[in-house]
This record gives sequence, structure tokens and C-alpha cells, in this order.
Amino acid sequence: MAKIPGSASDLDDLRGRIFPFPHRHFLSAADLNTAQATALLDLADGFVGLKTGDFLAGRTLMNLFFENSTRTQASFELAGKRLGADVINMSARDSSMAKGETLIDTAVTLNAMRPDLLVVRHAASGAAALLSQKVGCSVINAGDGRHEHPTQAVLDALSIRRAFGRVAGLTVAICGDVQHSRVARSNVALLNTLGANVRLVGPPTLIPSGAERWGAEVHYDMASGLAGADVVMMLRLQLERMTGALVPSAREYFRFHGLDREKFAVAAPGAKLMHPGPMNRGVEIDSDLADDPTVSLIRDQVEMGVAVRMAVLACLAARLEA
Amino acid sequence: MSARPLALTNARLVDPASGYDGPGALLVRDGLIAEVSQGAAAAPSADIEVIDCQGAMLAPGLIDLRVKTGEPGSETKETLQSAARAAAAGGVTSFVVQPDTDPVVDDPSVADFILRRARDIGQARIYPAGAVTKRLGGEQMAEIGLMREAGCVYFTDVDRPIVDSRVLMRALQYASGFGAWIAHRPADPWLTKGAAATGGEFAARLGLPASPSAAEWIGLERDLALAEITGGRLLVDQVSTGGALQALERAKKRGVAVAATASINHLSFNELDIGDYRTFAKLDPPLRAEADRQALIDGLASGLVDIVVSAHAPAPAEDKRRPFEEAAPGAVGLEILLSALLTLHHQDGLPLLDLLRAVTLAPARLIGLEAGRLTKGAPADLVVCDIGAPLQIDADKLVSRSKNSPFDGRRLQGVVRRTLVGGQTVYSAD
Repeated sequence: MAKIPGSASDLDDLRGRIFPFPHRHFLSAADLNTAQATALLDLADGFVGLKTGDFLAGRTLMNLFFENSTRTQASFELAGKRLGADVINMSARDSSMAKGETLIDTAVTLNAMRPDLLVVRHAASGAAALLSQKVGCSVINAGDGRHEHPTQAVLDALSIRRAFGRVAGLTVAICGDVQHSRVARSNVALLNTLGANVRLVGPPTLIPSGAERWGAEVHYDMASGLAGADVVMMLRLQLERMTGALVPSAREYFRFHGLDREKFAVAAPGAKLMHPGPMNRGVEIDSDLADDPTVSLIRDQVEMGVAVRMAVLACLAARLEA
Repeated sequence: MSARPLALTNARLVDPASGYDGPGALLVRDGLIAEVSQGAAAAPSADIEVIDCQGAMLAPGLIDLRVKTGEPGSETKETLQSAARAAAAGGVTSFVVQPDTDPVVDDPSVADFILRRARDIGQARIYPAGAVTKRLGGEQMAEIGLMREAGCVYFTDVDRPIVDSRVLMRALQYASGFGAWIAHRPADPWLTKGAAATGGEFAARLGLPASPSAAEWIGLERDLALAEITGGRLLVDQVSTGGALQALERAKKRGVAVAATASINHLSFNELDIGDYRTFAKLDPPLRAEADRQALIDGLASGLVDIVVSAHAPAPAEDKRRPFEEAAPGAVGLEILLSALLTLHHQDGLPLLDLLRAVTLAPARLIGLEAGRLTKGAPADLVVCDIGAPLQIDADKLVSRSKNSPFDGRRLQGVVRRTLVGGQTVYSAD
């Protein structure tokens, strides 16, 4: 990074670029049109490296995680705190959900505490949208089942844009367990909005039926799927999915769908590698490649995560004021 | 590899690939077909070894997609070596062994074992089929991709239908990523449970537990629907009933990626051949009504049935000399397949080219072999057969280690004179 933003003029510049979010909530990557997505990436780019600001002073951010996720929760928490918000973390273990309360009852209870921003992670697809209908604050979907994880798509797009200077026209191969991946669904939507060519690559049992109508090319083998790709985005394969129901074994999965240097070699010269984490080394990705700083954007993705979440939170808060 | 080129002259060439059936000769060099001459051939030069076919049929060697041996695990029934000898005697030059061995071929290392053993056996080319599910258990998918790389030519749970529709759906889906065929026995598992014969008047008189022939049709409709929604390649294992053939025809018209085999036994016998509880005629699927057999013959003539298999299933006497209900199903057939097919030609008027296509070109294409055709550059896997010569099957004289054949005592027409694999004679009747 050339410089760390934080001076008064930097902050004023950023403040000027914050725009009211198009919707009260951020539930889906498809909520953004091309102009909004680009403006959000520009703003997030400005937030990279910012350690402190007052954009969310006096706001309350509530992290409501029904599914454990250390990194996403920490990323939202850090984003909120760096912008001066009061941050509260609630996990399913502590909540009354564990005592049998329904999601809507939980929402009504939390709403009475008047948070401004509610970040939700839930194992059921559509849970964030359901919650958003019952609360007065802004809801940010931090992952709902197999459906969407929109801030991940934005941080992936930002990582790509910083590495290549653009997103439009690039070929992005999303590889692995697309079937169960909210990251893949959000990425297909946003990358299409930003003008990238998207491919989905995996065994037929892990590619949803009809995926070719999502705005993506479908490939069942890595050789054709990675040929000429600028970005190879690997998805995590849950270990319990490799015991013979969808994929025969971990070794067969790695042989045909795990990324190693041999398979990566057919990608475009200068191609980059991404992974939303956490990685299963030796299953979907070879350690040697994952740790190679000349091709791997994996660490950038984590860093971009905080900046993107700051930008999203700031824009949602700006709409609340409006 | 033979040092000298070999000419097979004065033959009636029958080649389903080109559709040629007429006089001609072949030149074989370095194990491959070097030249095909239709009509009268020029006199061969002196440094060429000549085999005069004396007007007999010269056709591609047969490719049998469904053969069981007992190796590994039950070598007393049959070994790869003894099966290869039986194949050579029957004009079969390539065959696919089933994965229901002990251990099951559900792992690339077992496929590799079979291929290494097969390399030392010259009488026939042997290819393994892999299991669809681990231990043929019908639950967990086996390593289809790795086994395919190891050399498995298709995948099957052999006689066991996969009961769980989701398992079969995913297997078809997964295998489609590799372009691999899944062979599956169409059968409703609840209707066929415990059955020893086809339901009907005859089984009722004999008092045998029976399943309705519709059990095959019902099972097949499910399998076809799964193949249709997944785009997977389904090889219907041993279709045997008229109802199932109609379902197959409808699916083929819809463009489903499906092919079907029929066994030589079901083309040659009907349920009455069980007779007085002849356990040699106990098969799986069981023998059907004569109307079903006729429908199968029509299906073969029309191309609805793509491939004919021997369904070679050796069973030693101790497994067959039992009450019908308890006896092991299956029949040996490697040595009989061609003669029985030719008998269909003579008796039922099935065209020779169509019959041979179902045991040469069609199976070769399905598993991707260069063999199965009389084409320049193809392996010189050949059979010379006197198609009109009569013979009577004597099961005790079969080369196969097990002698269980329902053809025992049957009079057939069509005698194999010579079999060549890679230009080498592996069987000669003289």
C-alpha cells in the first residue's frame, strides 16, 4: 500500500464518496447495478488501510451469527469498530434461539433494542430476508444457507480489480462445490454485473442443474474450465461431502478437481488464485500454490474484507440518515 | 507380433462397420489389419503366410461386454486364463469382466491387478468394469474417475439394482462428467425379491416363487427417467421383456442417452426351458415368456437392442445341483455365443450383419475399442467360422472351468474354425 489513509483531508474525501445505499438492506449481490457496484468498489478501495474514522459514530452494529464464523464475524466487528460504531456480538449459543425461540421472535426482541445495523449469518437460505421484514434497522446478509454472501462477492471483486486494474472482460473460473456455495451464487451475480466472463467448474454432482442459465459457462473438467482463465476461484468442499454421496473420495476429488500447478498451468499467463477460506489443503487446493504470493490473492481477500464491510456499513448508515 | 505378414484368403468377409458381406481377403501385418480386399484377391507373394478360409465367414472377433470369472476370489469357478481359453474357442477376442469379485473392483488397485493379470494372457483381450458403489453396497459412490483412469471401461453394480434412486441419480450425474457409461440392471427390487422364475402359469404350476415380468419394466422406467434428467449414459443390462422394450423405445425416441444389452440366453430360451426344474436354465433375470423372446428378437433386428452379451456366469456343480429355488443363477456362454447367434440367423432369419454388429462394432464403440471392425489399421482380432456347420453342445466338453449351460444337448448351427487375436491364432478347430 502506497500510503495509509487517515488524514483529515482523506476522511473528508471518503465522506464525500459515501452514497446512500440503493436499498435499506444488503441481502443479495444482485441488489447492486453496475454503477452502484463500481461506486462501492471505489469507496471500499479508499477504506483500505483506514484504522479509524467517525462515520458510524453513535451507531449500534449487532452481529447475529447463528452459524459459527470466526473470520466473517471478526471482519464485520473490526469494520464497525474502525468506523466508530458500538458493536455487539451475539452467537447462537448465547441466544434464546438455543432455548427454542423462533427466528422471528428473536428478530422482534432484538429490534426492540434499536440497533442500526444488523449483520446476520444463518444456515437457512432466505433467513436474512425473513429477518429483514421484521426489523426497523438495516440487515446485512453475512451468509444465508446456500443462497448468498454478498459482501464476500464485493471483496472478491475488489481483490480482482486491485490485481488487474479492472473486472470487466476478465474470465473468472469458480471451481468446486458450487451446489452448496453461497459464495459462488453471489459471485456469479456481481461478476456478471461488473462485466466479467464467469465459468463454473466442478463435477456434475456439485454443479446445480440449470447453472448454465445463471450467466455462466459450465465445465465439468478443470482442463477446459481453467483454459485461459484470468482468475481461478476455488471453493471449499465440506469434508462430509466426500464420503461417497456426491464425490467418491478426497483423493479422487483432488485428482480431478483439486487445484495444483499442473492444472493451473492452462490458465492465462499472470492468472491469480483466490479462495474464500477456510481452505482444505490437499483436497481442493495444493499448499504449494495456495502459499505462493506471486499467484495467490488469498491474503488480499481477507484484507479487502474489512474495507468492503466498512464501505457497505457506511453507505447503509447514510441511507438511514436520509 | 508375427514376423511374417499373414493373408486370410478365400473368405466371406462380414463387416458391420462397412456393411460389406461378400467374398474377400485380409492381409495382417504386425498384429493389425494391413489390407482389406473385397472380391477376389491377387495371389499373395511367397513370403506371406496364407490361411485359406475355404469360403468360411471371416468376421471381426466378438466383443463380449458381460463376463464373470471367479478371479480374484473364486478361482474354482473360472479364472481369467480359463475364461480367455473359452473365449478363444467361441471366437470372442475381447471381453469385459464384471466387478463382483472378491475383492470387489471398487478401487483402482483391483482394476490394476486384473489388467496386470490380463497382460500375461494372450488368448483374449480382457478389460475390467468397475463398481458403481463401494462393495456393490448401493450406498457410497466408488472411485469412478480413478478407476476409469486405471482402465475400467464402464461401471456397474452387476446383478444388483441400485435401490436408492438418489444414489443412482448421482452416479449417472457424476459419471457423465467423464463420459462414462453406467450399466444397470432394470428391476424393481421389491417385486423381484426372492423370485426364481417369471410370474405366470408355468411358474405357478411348478410352484416356484416368481416375480411379474413388469418388475423389469417398472425398474427401467425409473432408470430411464434418471438418465434423462441427469444426461448420464445408461447401459440397460440384459433387457428381457416386451414391456421394458417398449419403455426403451420411447426413451430412445426422446433422445435419452441409453443403450441396451440382451443376453444370448434370453434370445434363445423361454420359461418352458426350465422344464423339470433344470437349474442350468435358472438365470437372472429369469427366462421369460415366448412372446417376450420374440419381442427381444424383433428388438435386435430393429436395433432397439444394441448389444448381445453372453452373460457368462460360471457356477460349479455344487452351486447348481440344488433345489431350483436355492440353485445359483447364471450360465456360461463365451463358447456358445456365436453359434447361438448364428442359429438365430438360420432359424429366425435375422440378418447376419445385424447380428454381428451387436457383438462387434456396437460394443466396441460403446467402450471405445478400435477392434470390432474389418478396417485397415484395426487390430487383427478375427474369427473364421463355418456358419452352416451343425454342432451339438455337450456341456462336459466346454473349455470353461464351469459347465453350467442351458444349451447342453442343443443342436446349433455355426462352428468356429479359428480365432485370432492381434494376428496370432489363439484357437484352431483343426
